[in-house]
Amino acid sequence: MANKLIVSLSPHVHSGDSVQKNMYGVLIALIPALLVSLIYFGVGAAVVTITSVVACLFFEWAITKFILKREKTTILDGSAMITGVLLAFNVPSNLPVWIIIIGALVAIGVGKMTFGGLGCNPFNPALVGRVFLLISFPVQMTSWPKIGQLTSYVDAETGATPLALMKMAVHGDASALEQLPSAFDLFIGANGGSLGEVSAFALLIGLLYMLWKKIITWHIPVSILATVFVFSGIMHMVNPEMYAAPLTHLLTGGLMLGAIFMATDYVTSPMTHKGMLVYGIAIGFLTVVIRLFGAYPEGMSFAILIMNAFTPLINNYCKPKRFGEVKK
Amino acid sequence: MNLILVAVISLGVIGLISAVVLFVASKKFAVYEDPRIGEVAEVLPQANCGGCGYPGCSGFAEACVKTGSLEGKLCPVGGQPVMARVAAILGLESTATEPKVAVVRCNGSCEHRPHVTSYDGAHSCAIMNSTYGGETGCTFGCLGCGDCVDACQFNAIHMNPETGLPEVDENACTACGACAKACPRHIIEIRPKGKNNRRVYVSCVNKDKGAVTRKACSVGCIGCGKCVKVCPFEAITLENNLAYIDPAKCKSCRKCEQECPQGAILAINFPPRKPKTEATAETVKETASTAEA
Amino acid sequence: MKTFRIGGVHPAENKLSAGKAIEVLALPKQAVFPLSQHIGAPAVAIVKKGDKVKVGTKIAEAGGFVSAPIFSSVSGTVNKVDSVIDASGYRKPAIYIDVEGDDWEETIDRSVELVKETSLTPEEIVAKIKEAGVVGMGGACFPTHVKLCPPPGCKAECVIINGVECEPYLTADHRLMLEKTEEVLVGVSLLMKAVKVSTGYIGIENNKPDAIRLMTEKAKNYPGIEIVPLKVKYPQGGEKQLIDAVIRRQVPAPPAIPINVGAVVQNVGTAYAVYEAVMKNKPLFERIVTVTGKSLKNPSNFLTRMGTPMSQLIDAAGGLPEDTGKVIGGGPMMGKALANTEVPICKGSSGVLLMNDKEAARSEAQPCIRCAKCVSACPMGLEPFLLATLSAHKEWERVEKEDIMSCIECGSCQFTCPAHRPMLDYIRLGKGTVGGIIRARNAKK
Repeated sequence: MANKLIVSLSPHVHSGDSVQKNMYGVLIALIPALLVSLIYFGVGAAVVTITSVVACLFFEWAITKFILKREKTTILDGSAMITGVLLAFNVPSNLPVWIIIIGALVAIGVGKMTFGGLGCNPFNPALVGRVFLLISFPVQMTSWPKIGQLTSYVDAETGATPLALMKMAVHGDASALEQLPSAFDLFIGANGGSLGEVSAFALLIGLLYMLWKKIITWHIPVSILATVFVFSGIMHMVNPEMYAAPLTHLLTGGLMLGAIFMATDYVTSPMTHKGMLVYGIAIGFLTVVIRLFGAYPEGMSFAILIMNAFTPLINNYCKPKRFGEVKK
Repeated sequence: MNLILVAVISLGVIGLISAVVLFVASKKFAVYEDPRIGEVAEVLPQANCGGCGYPGCSGFAEACVKTGSLEGKLCPVGGQPVMARVAAILGLESTATEPKVAVVRCNGSCEHRPHVTSYDGAHSCAIMNSTYGGETGCTFGCLGCGDCVDACQFNAIHMNPETGLPEVDENACTACGACAKACPRHIIEIRPKGKNNRRVYVSCVNKDKGAVTRKACSVGCIGCGKCVKVCPFEAITLENNLAYIDPAKCKSCRKCEQECPQGAILAINFPPRKPKTEATAETVKETASTAEA
Repeated sequence: MKTFRIGGVHPAENKLSAGKAIEVLALPKQAVFPLSQHIGAPAVAIVKKGDKVKVGTKIAEAGGFVSAPIFSSVSGTVNKVDSVIDASGYRKPAIYIDVEGDDWEETIDRSVELVKETSLTPEEIVAKIKEAGVVGMGGACFPTHVKLCPPPGCKAECVIINGVECEPYLTADHRLMLEKTEEVLVGVSLLMKAVKVSTGYIGIENNKPDAIRLMTEKAKNYPGIEIVPLKVKYPQGGEKQLIDAVIRRQVPAPPAIPINVGAVVQNVGTAYAVYEAVMKNKPLFERIVTVTGKSLKNPSNFLTRMGTPMSQLIDAAGGLPEDTGKVIGGGPMMGKALANTEVPICKGSSGVLLMNDKEAARSEAQPCIRCAKCVSACPMGLEPFLLATLSAHKEWERVEKEDIMSCIECGSCQFTCPAHRPMLDYIRLGKGTVGGIIRARNAKK
């Protein structure tokens, strides 16, 4: 025979799935939310998103090439792009370019590449970037523009977000809850907030797409949303004037974005279905606790980062049910 | 002023209580340890390679002190100088041992040992060995995935990309034996370095019959036994179609190297032979090639 | 539709030769019989150079209880008892026989008539199966008589027959069920009688509707045998998965075996071999082999004498295509890539699969992105990513605690991994090493 036979162990076939396919699948699932933000925030949304993605790609390329000195660049695997989009989705649409670039540097540089790149980072890189910005630039990061100012960017007029109103209610302003937009407006996204988080509807389309493509399983998003609903429902029943209705909690702030896209990040979430449920329930619980009792109006990012830290522990204790295992 | 005073006093009290607790604990729970263990451990190289056969350097130090003898104990990394210092601490005679080095007993580079298949599995000799006979026709020789390189803590063994075989850096090698353990085919042997670093060994571990070996590799030992006959010191034994040179008996005369029709016996670090003998070596090679043809 | 409950994947089926009737392959010029064709002790050669043998002559005796004798599939002269390069490239002892004519032993009933009735006792049936060298024909090659002798304290409750053929490409069992339906059913009845049970299930995946229909119809005449259609999912043909799918019982972790939950699992090919051994006095020396591949001219199912080199099957199916990159003995999920094509057909060779060089090469492995798809796919409820990492780091104690010995090496994890990591390679290494450690520990006790 002319050519040498290839030998390797079974299996000799592959499903054809790849890291790239999964990453680009997530990006496709993010498109509806991006379109909604373009409709409501116009130029600002476009500038922030493009800046963030380009900066993330650049930092990933530069770090792999000049600091890690790896021969192969990894910017085409889609993970840096996701980080870029998610970082943009988590900031107000009037955030100046230089702050976004700092955020991208922290997200990719500190959050991802210091640990060795894709697959090694313990924390969700986009959230590391976001929380860094939130703590370093609290004013810029918490003044959200009102919707509908399509042509303005940093000069956009800002207004109170639903979450801020909810926080005011907790602090005793009984009329604040009445100023909330209707549930329908919250659902389709006609309210202020970070640019990608406003439309629960668009994010849910993304979720359905990812479930259909089997990119993620239902466990994490469903357990987070269910926990938030139940826990905030209990609080609402205790005092409806202070605590907003559970549906309002579900539709406001970064909850949907976090539950669907951030908490489900492969690298930083648990590996077993049981572990995913524990992780999701804990995130939901922490989010509501921070929203109602903490200093910040929104608790999603912190809740996810905290649970990211617990992921190895969850992996260690939540083992899948072994075949033939007898219940004790 | 008052504030500072409170701070100073409270910190002072905490410190005092802690000091008392620590003092009591250190007296009450003290474990006596032979101070010589620490002393011995200090002179050891702290490579924790396990080459001595004990779990790390502290384990070795403990064993030296507790057994009270250095019989059969050697730190391969530190070698003789370190053992002499250990002996001095313990007040013992240090036993002289020969310095050793790892040798790779396979010379089947790509040109000598043509590939017949191409392996596409995980890059690990252990895995390849347990599932396939290797990419060449020789099921005993080097697999070339470099498990030995990964095992070496001293950066003393490297794959040569041209030959596809590992090469030992004699100066860096401490003869700890990690590579020999890692090699699933037991190709690497820890041998005495020899006088002036000169040594003669059979660079092959193939136990197949001669015809089979010859087909797979042009430098493999075919078990012809010529070296056994020519050796004046009875240092060479032939077992399972494979010759082995006992380093204790070998006097490095290099007669076997000349005799071997396959060139499977290597003589390392010798000065070049005189022209006359060189010619003989060439004739031997020629006859070998004609025999093969 | 029934199926097993944990994990599983669905590779492209590619049953190219499903519509091809079984053809009889020509005799080889020389037949080679490796002495180790089954799990357990190798057989011991009882012929020597120059001996004359007939078709069906015993040429090697079982080397222990867990072992099986080997019979010549050809008539002729023993050329030598030497070694042959097996699929892995290592040399293994084997008997070479030069073929002269086709002279069968007189004891073998060569008629095609169906024999349904037998007066043999269960013990006599098992003895005949043992004497005929029957082993599991699905690929694992576990000696059949061992499975039919339950260890003390265990009682068989049903016989489950594996007609699943969950491996992509392979169609040997499918064709057997279509063409030798009654023989298979008689074989199942014999197996039921041998382990003294009155229920037998034949599990067939519903991608073989013709086989399900035919078997269901014919099974009406065989009391106690039920055909169970199963949803298509890999690795349904795994012993433990099949039991779970058919009777909803899970075999506990090793050292437990199927008989602990009352099941005796056999392949349809084995059932047919049992029929021939018991009713026709014909020892196991031929089997149906699928020869297939996308580039192959004529994918076929051959009735092949054992000892025939695989190259002869490939030639009969249209010759080795130019673009062949890999030749696999068995299916693509669990089969073994061959180091050369002269490897002889053995008792467990269910197929020869040719892959072109594009399909054959693995993609480059990327870092694990912890997507947990391997955990979802594992039919044993294990964590393949963890087992592979721990094995690569040689953490044998931990990997044993993570139940590495439960792994059935089905390959679902590696099949599904988006990062193309060679997980199963490392898991196999770990399983082998841990198995050795456990054996050493048990020997010490």
